[in-house]
Amino acid sequence: MNRSFHKSQTLRFYSCSAVEVKSKFGAEFRRFSLDRQKPGKFEDFYQLVVHTHHIANTEVTIGYADVHGDLLPINNDDNFCKAVSSANPLLRVFIQKREEAEHGLATGSLSRRRKALALREEGPRRRPHLHIGLPHDFRPVSSIIDVDILPETHRRVRLYRHGCQKPLGFYIRDGTSVRVAPQGLEKVPGIFISRLVPGGLAESTGLLAVDDEVLEVNGIEVAGKTLDQVTDMMIANSHNLIVTVKPANQRNNVLRGGRASGSSGRSSDSVASRHSLPAPAPLGLHPDDMESDEEPDVVLEGALEPRPLPRPPGSLTRINGAGPASGLSGLGREGSVLRLLSSLRSDPRHSLALPPGGVEEHGPAVTL
Amino acid sequence: MRRFLRSGHDPSRERLKRDLFQFNKTVEHGFPHQPSALGYSPSLRLLAIGTRSGAVKLYGAPGVEFMGLHRENNAVVQVCFLPGQCQLITLLDDNSLHLWSLKVKGGVSELQEDESFTLRGPPGAAPSATQITVVLPHSSCKMLYLGTESGNVFAVQVPGFRALEDRAISSDAVLQRLPEEARQRRVFEMVEALQEHPRDPNQVLIGYSRGLIVVWDLRGSRVLCHFLSSQQLDSVCWQRDGRLIVSCHSDGSYCQWAVSADTQPLEPVRSCVPYGPFPCKAITKIFWLTTKQGLPFTIFQGGMPRASYGDRHCISVVHNGQQTAFDFTSRVIDFTVLSEVDPAAAFDDPCALVVLAEEELVVIDLQTAGWPQVQPPYLASLHCSAITCSHHVSNIPLKLWERIIAAGSCQNTHFSPMEWPIDGGTSLAPTPPQRDLLLTGHEDGTVRFWDASGVCLRLLYKLSTVHVFFTDSDPSEHLGAQGEDEWPPLRKVGSFDPYSDDPRLGIQKIFLCKYSGYLAVAGTAGQVLVLELNDEAAEHSVEQAEADLLQEQEGYRWKGHERLCARPGPVRFEPGFQPFVLVQCQPPAVVTSLALHSEWRLVAFGTSHGFGLFDHQQRRQVFVKCTLHPSDQLALEGPLSRVKSLKKSLRQSFRRIRRSRVSSRKRRPAGPAGETQEGGARAERAGLQNMELAPVQRKIEARTAEDSFTGFVRTLYFADTYLRDSSRHCPSLWAGTNGGTVYAFALRVPPAERRADEPVRAEQAKEIQLMHRAPVVGILVLDGRGVPLPEPLEVAHDLSKSPDMQGGHQLLVVSEEQFKVFTLPKVSAKLKLKLTALEGSRVRRVSAAHFGSCRAEDYGEHHLAVLTNLGDIQVVSLPLLKPQVRYSCIRREDVSGIASCVFTRHGQGFYLISPSEFERFSLSTKWLVEPRCLVDSAETKNHSRPRNGSGPEKGWGRAREEPRHRDGARPAQRRAGPEGDPEHAGGGPPELWRLAFSASGHEDAPELLSLSLLPQWSERAACPGRAVNTHY
Repeated sequence: MNRSFHKSQTLRFYSCSAVEVKSKFGAEFRRFSLDRQKPGKFEDFYQLVVHTHHIANTEVTIGYADVHGDLLPINNDDNFCKAVSSANPLLRVFIQKREEAEHGLATGSLSRRRKALALREEGPRRRPHLHIGLPHDFRPVSSIIDVDILPETHRRVRLYRHGCQKPLGFYIRDGTSVRVAPQGLEKVPGIFISRLVPGGLAESTGLLAVDDEVLEVNGIEVAGKTLDQVTDMMIANSHNLIVTVKPANQRNNVLRGGRASGSSGRSSDSVASRHSLPAPAPLGLHPDDMESDEEPDVVLEGALEPRPLPRPPGSLTRINGAGPASGLSGLGREGSVLRLLSSLRSDPRHSLALPPGGVEEHGPAVTL
Repeated sequence: MRRFLRSGHDPSRERLKRDLFQFNKTVEHGFPHQPSALGYSPSLRLLAIGTRSGAVKLYGAPGVEFMGLHRENNAVVQVCFLPGQCQLITLLDDNSLHLWSLKVKGGVSELQEDESFTLRGPPGAAPSATQITVVLPHSSCKMLYLGTESGNVFAVQVPGFRALEDRAISSDAVLQRLPEEARQRRVFEMVEALQEHPRDPNQVLIGYSRGLIVVWDLRGSRVLCHFLSSQQLDSVCWQRDGRLIVSCHSDGSYCQWAVSADTQPLEPVRSCVPYGPFPCKAITKIFWLTTKQGLPFTIFQGGMPRASYGDRHCISVVHNGQQTAFDFTSRVIDFTVLSEVDPAAAFDDPCALVVLAEEELVVIDLQTAGWPQVQPPYLASLHCSAITCSHHVSNIPLKLWERIIAAGSCQNTHFSPMEWPIDGGTSLAPTPPQRDLLLTGHEDGTVRFWDASGVCLRLLYKLSTVHVFFTDSDPSEHLGAQGEDEWPPLRKVGSFDPYSDDPRLGIQKIFLCKYSGYLAVAGTAGQVLVLELNDEAAEHSVEQAEADLLQEQEGYRWKGHERLCARPGPVRFEPGFQPFVLVQCQPPAVVTSLALHSEWRLVAFGTSHGFGLFDHQQRRQVFVKCTLHPSDQLALEGPLSRVKSLKKSLRQSFRRIRRSRVSSRKRRPAGPAGETQEGGARAERAGLQNMELAPVQRKIEARTAEDSFTGFVRTLYFADTYLRDSSRHCPSLWAGTNGGTVYAFALRVPPAERRADEPVRAEQAKEIQLMHRAPVVGILVLDGRGVPLPEPLEVAHDLSKSPDMQGGHQLLVVSEEQFKVFTLPKVSAKLKLKLTALEGSRVRRVSAAHFGSCRAEDYGEHHLAVLTNLGDIQVVSLPLLKPQVRYSCIRREDVSGIASCVFTRHGQGFYLISPSEFERFSLSTKWLVEPRCLVDSAETKNHSRPRNGSGPEKGWGRAREEPRHRDGARPAQRRAGPEGDPEHAGGGPPELWRLAFSASGHEDAPELLSLSLLPQWSERAACPGRAVNTHY
């Protein structure tokens, strides 16, 4: 049995009132503690952080890694309290210079994740100029994509489930839809959204509604497929689900030509293709297409006895697709940390397999 | 850029694919589901069976098989051959007649439907006027006489199906020509029997249901004589010389009537109720057959005492003071007696009784004393006890094959030594290039070994695991054998026995090592037996061990069945596979996966709780591993907890009803009291209606670790590979679960000289959690050349190239949704194919297979054969995971068919099309097992000539003469093949022949075991909802 599975070890500290804080700026670490019951004000915490890191004259943003491995901002009293109270058991704090944090273009998933790190200014450090752009301190849960290539009556919705503990939360059903055919109108079987689970991801996006007709799942047309096939396709793509729907309510459609009423405009991940409906990136069309569109599998190399052969100074635990373990020793750039964290997020077992803090620390059996 | 290069656009690869893959459904093995009619052609020596789904199947000599399917999905009510012709007529229950013929095309015969016909009455006539009850093909082969419910007999010309009105024999015409007294007593009603005079084609016997029998002169259109019985008529038989008529009746009696032109008998010569004096059931069919010894055979169906034996399905044979009532295991559809063919012969001299029962075909030898059964070479009842799993082993070494056959022959001593009497046609199929075994596990704890090499699926050996355990019912095998003076003299015949003593005995997994003769069998109550082939009967005790799969978990209660109780002390075992180790899993849940490594002497087994490894040489458990997720209550409590979930779902559905009612009420505006009530009722109705109309909906939710049955072990696999470092390979055990987890254990197996003393050690080396969490259905290790590792002992027996241990090994994990290749020893993902995300289909069965090319003798490729939940069969290439071809094979609704599918190592496969039939298919161009046979009326003449010459005294007695005239020549002809026999070869493709002989020695890694079958398979088809008319 791999010792890393024993949960008790990491939960032992829960009862203590002191919260251990590990703060990181660049390649530097600082450790201090906070009172779990009375964490105090954000202002004080900010001062404490800049003081301990000796960066008092730099504007910084502060973030922390939550239990799911997501990087969330600390910029007011409320989220500061939340951060302290949810520390399990260590509160890992990441500090970035503000200029760095606001750099970066929304070009890919990596940068989108980095966006989450960018923290909005608050309170005393008010900026003079008006900042217009993508919202910074929210994690995207959904987006309308490919507006420029789809017919106006259709909507392509991307649901980001990664790291989100919310269920996807919708049901689909069989039905008939009316199409215009050369011989006039004809009824064809179709797949429709039949129910949204209250509080689920699908409902919270507001982009999907009951009786919307599902036309595609991740670029594959559903016409001619059974309800069970479409169900299986959606579940197989649930980590990054892109559904193209024809909304039942056609009044809220995104209109082209700058009069966009939708919240998100053009998206960069649209690719022109041969499909009748332009498809998003041809996901998984080829077996050798090892894209980072998917959460990697977790491989545990467990052994109770010391190995007879000297092993590389690598690791016992490794995440597929996260690159060679040796490359992680120099964790200078935030990007790789974040990628690592995010790759672990949705694995509910990771809290068992990887004790929090195990990323940098030398845990009992697991190192990275 | 690479991703835009689509596979399959390379023309040379496309050409190669055509040489490698081809999909065919080749032959149906087993017993036809729901047979409804039987026909026999004495001249062609072919048996015809019609089914309720409209299929017609012809069987002759082993290997001679034809199948035809009516366009209409109607039951076949009657099948009859046109005398002496390669043609047959079928009557369906929609009253349509169909003419089929066997035509020779390219050297082989094919069964095809020529034309169909529906008898039309005059306008305004009742439908019953033309409802056909009996079909009589006239010996001239130009006419069909059709008896109807109205009592009229119509004449139809064949071929062409032209109704000849002037030849019809109307009931009025018969009535007019009857003497006064007969005319008054009877109305005609329907025609029950229609027979041609055995010697005079101008006389026809017509039996009406109310008891009147007339002999009609076709030429003179007059009644030659008539017989009146006091009872309802069921059937009539005309003695061979035409001088005696035997009629059987609804009260269980039969009467003999003397036929003579001058005297008109008023009373029968003899009337008898064989099982009287108490009320008896009807005798529905009777045969009266003469022998040269003088005493006739009387063979009749039914007639049993109504009160005490009315529920039996019996056929009685009476001859020379001997009487036996053969008691069949299922309803008798029809029967016939094989007797002398030559119409000029003086006696019938019956040779065999052929009985088509609902669930099996029984043939009884009437020439050997004691009337033993003849073992049929085909039409085996696969479902004697419901099939619960199957396992295919290709290319069995001759030594093992012979030992299994020897063990099986000890079990078949009660069968008659008679050669199979139905031997029409010539099989042109080449001798199978290799010996294949299909093993089926059954609900009653037996494993049957079938010869699956050729067209005929033949039972070789039957293994029972029951003796190892105490079961509720004590073996009362002599229940059927009654004393000499018992009346009626019942004798049980047939093997169909769907009633299992104990459902826990059911076999779920089978694994046979063809080189060592070790067999592992696992069952419903967590029992795992390891057996060894022994040619002698032996008495020994079975070593027992318990595997506690819940070791670390506590506080769980198993609510399922108890484990089986093993017999202590020595048990006597027949020659054959004898168990020596019994491992019982605790909790005793169904064994869901099994693997045996005969070289390392290890057996691995898995259930819904975990898996274990057992060393069957030292009889020691190596380790167990619990795979349960702590929150998975459902798996912990066992199958009984489903009751709870049913309760829960019922409660939920009631809540839903209530909610819909409440909400519909709420919507109604308040009004006068009466109106509200009425409106409420209406709304309620509407609510109910809505609920009924509510379409099926499916929840879209990602899988989580908390889902039920994630710990269910789906697959186990042994491999000698680089598990830990790339310099040394070591034995390893791989296990895959329903939750998408793969565990790898490194094993240390001591070298052979210390194997008996040093313990086998195992330690967990790796654990892979697939992020998509789909059930793992297959694990395979590919060697440096991308070829699956060979089976244990395969290399030692020089039957396979040794694996490439130089290049890097790769691990292939197949989940229900994806194929994924990882590198070894460092497990990092290399390639994948996301099947479900692309097509919405899921992998149900996967197996590595070798595909030989039909063009180049020595060229072949290893690929994966995949069956999806939509019933599609795909070939996915190794090691690059490119989809090659796709064929739709099984209907997606046919869940049990999909669950039963098993692949062979050479791109063939089997699946159940009914509880009793396997369909065989082939994906390969090279390995085709299909019937190729020739039935020729010319050939028939050749056959019947010498028989005529030999005279009546030889007759059917030849059955035991060795060798027979034509059988002596036939095996030689078969060996020679079409090249040696140009007459039969015709235009047949000669390359198919050559290639089929070139057995390739390549073998793949162990096949993946089949899943347990669904419970609906055990559903019995004993629902005679519709009476099937089985009269001639």
